[in-house]
Amino acid sequence: MGKYYQPEIETASREEILRIQNEKIVKQVKHVYENVPYYRDLMDKKGVKPEDIKSVDDIKKLPFLSKADLREAYPYGLLATDLKDCVRIQSTSGTTGKRVVAFYTQNDIDIWEECTARAIVAVGGTEEDVCQVCYGYGLFTGGAGLHGGSHKVGCLTLPMSSGNTERQIQFMMDLGSTILCCTPSYAAYIGETLAEMGYKPEDNKLKAGIFGAEPWTEEMRRNIEESLGIKAYDIYGLTEISGPGVSFECEEQRGMHINEDHFYAEIIDPDTGEVLPEGSKGELVFTALDKEAFPLLRYRTRDICVLTREKCSCGRTHVRMCKPMGRSDDMMIIRGVNVFPSQIETVLLNQGYTPNYQIIIDRKNNSDTFDINVELKPEFFSDIVSENLAKEKQLESAMRTMLGIGPKIHLVPPKSITRSEGKAVRVIDKRKLHD
Amino acid sequence: MAIRQVSVFVENRPGKLHETLKMIADSGLNIRALSIAETKDFGILRLITSDTPKTIEVLSKESIINTTTVIAAKLEDRVGALCYVLDFLAQAEVNIEYIYAFTASEDFGAYVVIRVDDAQKAEQVLKEHNIPTLCEDDIKDI
Repeated sequence: MGKYYQPEIETASREEILRIQNEKIVKQVKHVYENVPYYRDLMDKKGVKPEDIKSVDDIKKLPFLSKADLREAYPYGLLATDLKDCVRIQSTSGTTGKRVVAFYTQNDIDIWEECTARAIVAVGGTEEDVCQVCYGYGLFTGGAGLHGGSHKVGCLTLPMSSGNTERQIQFMMDLGSTILCCTPSYAAYIGETLAEMGYKPEDNKLKAGIFGAEPWTEEMRRNIEESLGIKAYDIYGLTEISGPGVSFECEEQRGMHINEDHFYAEIIDPDTGEVLPEGSKGELVFTALDKEAFPLLRYRTRDICVLTREKCSCGRTHVRMCKPMGRSDDMMIIRGVNVFPSQIETVLLNQGYTPNYQIIIDRKNNSDTFDINVELKPEFFSDIVSENLAKEKQLESAMRTMLGIGPKIHLVPPKSITRSEGKAVRVIDKRKLHD
Repeated sequence: MAIRQVSVFVENRPGKLHETLKMIADSGLNIRALSIAETKDFGILRLITSDTPKTIEVLSKESIINTTTVIAAKLEDRVGALCYVLDFLAQAEVNIEYIYAFTASEDFGAYVVIRVDDAQKAEQVLKEHNIPTLCEDDIKDI
């Protein structure tokens, strides 16, 4: 297998991609209008007819869909095919409220798996590789998505699912896994556990990791790359649009190529909904160009992002998105200041702590309290009280510099904060702001 | 001769101190002396036990620990005895971080554990003034 899974489309000219997109969007809008009464109503209210959409340039005329629409239309309101034509349901992990279910025809599954296969080949995957998938299997799209892609590429697939770290490591070492797929926080945990067991980074056969489903920072990437002795690649996706593989990183590790032949991306101003020019920072919006069962048009991801069409040295021509700079769901407003967990992670790693932390926000006497539990690094522990408190103070002041507001830091024992084998619970917001 | 003190990071929550002490008890270690310094979130349990290497081995499995050199000085049981000893350290400009005291079961002697900024210098000073100090071998069966 070469450098690309589907070279003809992954390196297609801009004109060719546009031609494919234009052809697909016309058909897709017609399909949705005819089969999804919920979206038809939204289009009618906006006064848009399927005939008005002649190319991707016209997508901006279409109404948006948001998570609120998905909840309202739950479970079948956005389904566009007969249930008998669907073969699979996947569901969101429920990190931000009520679950969302998405439906797939066999064709939808095939396209999704082709997308993850592109991601695996992009990190150097071939039929020679042993691909260990420790994303959760089940309703979560992580396991199913990478598993399918790994099959398509022809890797020897280890369907480990999440958890049972000792067994993960035993299989990894005994069977010589070369590609690891999981959440970045779990990859970091595996790295830590390997070190504890006395393994050096060069003792494993891993060469690359595909990590997604969670926001993570460049510092965390370096941390994982060092502890596992691999190259760590980001993958992006969301259940609403298909799952992981909507976009993926190539060898450049500079932004994720969006599979534009299937997903049309826009950046909008989150307040006005206006489409912003290339290079602007705004909310990422996706239109599924050829999904059959659950075809969302202009779905607002809440991810804050920048798109670039700058030429990529890997040869892929598809547009790249930056690592989301935080989800607007993730964004906390504490004492009126916007705080992203990724900023807190950056500070911790810079100060030599592990990226395991828990943020607790509460409201007392009409003022927000902001506490962060941080796992103490064994080397930082002193028998003298004032030296330990100085460490807390130092971290508090670094946080204040980064965030603009100062949290209260609490040092807790290592491993006392629940590790993510699925997704980490990073934020506990006890404020009741929406009674 | 200086001895090693083992300090343990213990969360300030019900049952946490007991967990640590149980590990020590289950390993057959006898606590010679201890002190606890507490903050709102955690405590620092400082220990002198009958077997320092074993204490380090047992506790480092589950807890964060730190090993520090401290001085265990024998005092005369009389008014002003501690004052007498500290005077030498003060004159030598040795700074004391903390002190705690214990009594030996063997001779009912009074001892103080002194954590200073410069253990080597402190030892030297005490030796010069004939203040007896303990070594790790001494605490096995004191």
